[in-house]
Amino acid sequence: MSTVVGEMDHHDHHHAPTGISRWLFTTNHKDIGSLYLWFSFIMFLVGGSMAMVIRAELFQPGLQLVDPHFFNQMTTVHGLIMVFGAVMPAFTGLANWMIPMMIGAPDMALPRMNNWSFWILPFAFAILLASLFMEGGGPAFGWTFYAPLSTTYSGDSTALFVFSVHIMGISSIMGAINVIVTIMNMRAPGMTYMKMPLFVWTWFITAFLLIAVMPVLAGAVTMVLTDKYFGTSFFDAAGGGDPVMFQHIFWFFGHPEVYIMILPSFGIISAIIPAFSRKKLFGYASMVYATAAIAGLSFLVWAHHMFTTGMPVAAELFFMYCTMLISVPTGVKVFNWVATMWRGSMTFEVPMLFALAFVILFTIGGFSGLMLAITPIDFQYHDTYFVVAHFHYVLVSGAIFSIMAAAYYWLPKWTGHMYDTTLARWHFWTSLISVNVLFFPMHFAGLAGMPRRIPDYAVQFADINQIVSIGGFAFGLSQLIFLWVVIKCVRTGEKAPAKPWEGAEGLEWTVPSPAPYHTFETPPKVD
Amino acid sequence: MSEAPQTEPRPDNGRIIRRLLLTVAGMFAFGFALVPLYEAFCDLTGFNGRTRNEAAAVSTHQVDTSRTVNVQFITRNAQGMPWDFKAEMNSVRVHPGETRVVNFLASNPTGSNMVAQAIPSVAPGEAALYLNKTECFCFNQQPLQAGADTAMPMQFYLDPDIPEHIHTLTLSYTLYDMTANATPDVLAQMAPAN
Repeated sequence: MSTVVGEMDHHDHHHAPTGISRWLFTTNHKDIGSLYLWFSFIMFLVGGSMAMVIRAELFQPGLQLVDPHFFNQMTTVHGLIMVFGAVMPAFTGLANWMIPMMIGAPDMALPRMNNWSFWILPFAFAILLASLFMEGGGPAFGWTFYAPLSTTYSGDSTALFVFSVHIMGISSIMGAINVIVTIMNMRAPGMTYMKMPLFVWTWFITAFLLIAVMPVLAGAVTMVLTDKYFGTSFFDAAGGGDPVMFQHIFWFFGHPEVYIMILPSFGIISAIIPAFSRKKLFGYASMVYATAAIAGLSFLVWAHHMFTTGMPVAAELFFMYCTMLISVPTGVKVFNWVATMWRGSMTFEVPMLFALAFVILFTIGGFSGLMLAITPIDFQYHDTYFVVAHFHYVLVSGAIFSIMAAAYYWLPKWTGHMYDTTLARWHFWTSLISVNVLFFPMHFAGLAGMPRRIPDYAVQFADINQIVSIGGFAFGLSQLIFLWVVIKCVRTGEKAPAKPWEGAEGLEWTVPSPAPYHTFETPPKVD
Repeated sequence: MSEAPQTEPRPDNGRIIRRLLLTVAGMFAFGFALVPLYEAFCDLTGFNGRTRNEAAAVSTHQVDTSRTVNVQFITRNAQGMPWDFKAEMNSVRVHPGETRVVNFLASNPTGSNMVAQAIPSVAPGEAALYLNKTECFCFNQQPLQAGADTAMPMQFYLDPDIPEHIHTLTLSYTLYDMTANATPDVLAQMAPAN
């Protein structure tokens, strides 16, 4: 969408395909990056409309719009789509677009595999979404698919769910392998590891996390599949298995997974804040080590998701302290961002607005996470709207805001046009206000005891849910402004210079805007 | 791809890819290895209220009459299990080291022969390590003919090392219908009466 076909005037493209086959057979990292980004945006809207169904049903107490089974399918598929269809592909798209340009490489290291890792994704989500139309409906056991909900009590569509997760996992693993090989082998001369931009660093570490835990997820869904259809008893006590073990295996994947969804954000924010503070990033090396520390600790905290399953006190204390320990490297990052801004000559262009909102709102999400980490308190918060508020603060006003910030930061580079900044500011302010109206009151609903994943609630929660739903609708509508800004920017707009942000640094700004179809065929010299 | 002048030696792509794929395969296997690891961990620590699934040696311990522990029994049926299943008493007070027998009463109200398996769980999990069963119906599948009833014994003692702060422990049995997965010897037990 964003690279103009007319730019392909280079020597080695005598037979460059056009039309649909250009996109089907492309091995160009910019094309594949665009495909990933568009795909993730479509999934964001699909998953978002499911959230709208959820919020519409919860607008009033009682059951009015959908039946409880369909409501459960909505919460389940909303979660799966947003995690695996929106946030993760958006990051992979950004990695495809930006990593080669940031390290001075001509393309990703494994371009054909790159094509595969994207093109299997639409099939995975077609399978998942199609299962909603089956008799008995789609998956309704929550995105965490706890056994026995997903084994004994699940519908016939479970096999489709399992296969679609398998395909998503294969796609992520291929993407991760590609990122690692690219970063290890394709850096321009002089681009040592400790000179790499932080977005590259955070993605490098994220890719290793993906390699480590996506296979465990594949194992977990395979066990669910064989338990349900082939008579094994991994999670069935009658056959010697244990349903609690499911939670251990799932969260051994699940906790690193939440860092997979936030580490690339840290890289994006670490690029944007220095650019608009006109200062070098404070504490580059400590940022790298903090990212690695967070990734390492993520393997030692999984059981904080399951404090209420009845663990020995010693285990609860271990997981509680390990979890709290993560706030140290995360704090290092937040303080480094603040120190970068300190006495900088700051300006507030749209990417910076999103980055600032990220720092504040992500920190709120971090604090509520810290509260949940305290074992005795978690017994009250567990499975309430407090948890929903917590992970939406880190994933929506965290991960998604950082993706928006990245889009606004690099859109001129991708399209060659400046976007409509007035509209973009409208998008920012409406999103900022509505996201807080949407998620902040959920903390109170949760503290007051409103359970999550239930289509009905006690009447005393009616007012709070009405406010939350209004915030939800407003946030959903605000994202259409984003779509409008992007489409407008692709088609028209003021011609963008090679470096539209005066304080920006990095190799990507040394190539013209829009970035030519092939960049850095001769590696740049980095010193 | 043009050959870039390299400033440092780098491994070729194939080697990195092979190593990463090996890691992927290893982590997939690790996911499954978590199953026996978890079993071993539970057996070792009593984590999750697991009791040993085989007969313990008969108590040779001195009975500690200075302490009394209240052992409670809970029975429940897994979904779809039609038997009536209950303990002959709700709880029993025992001294650590003292051996007791408790009967669990089961009846099969259906018109067909069935096989059941009881799965124990102990709360608090910590106490599971100190509950020794020298004989238990839960070690084996239990056949029961249509309309029949039976008393199934469970003989146990508490290890005198059981921590001081445990005054009450709960032993829960969940009864599952295993007719479809019955072992051949259990079926053979039931066959002659047919």
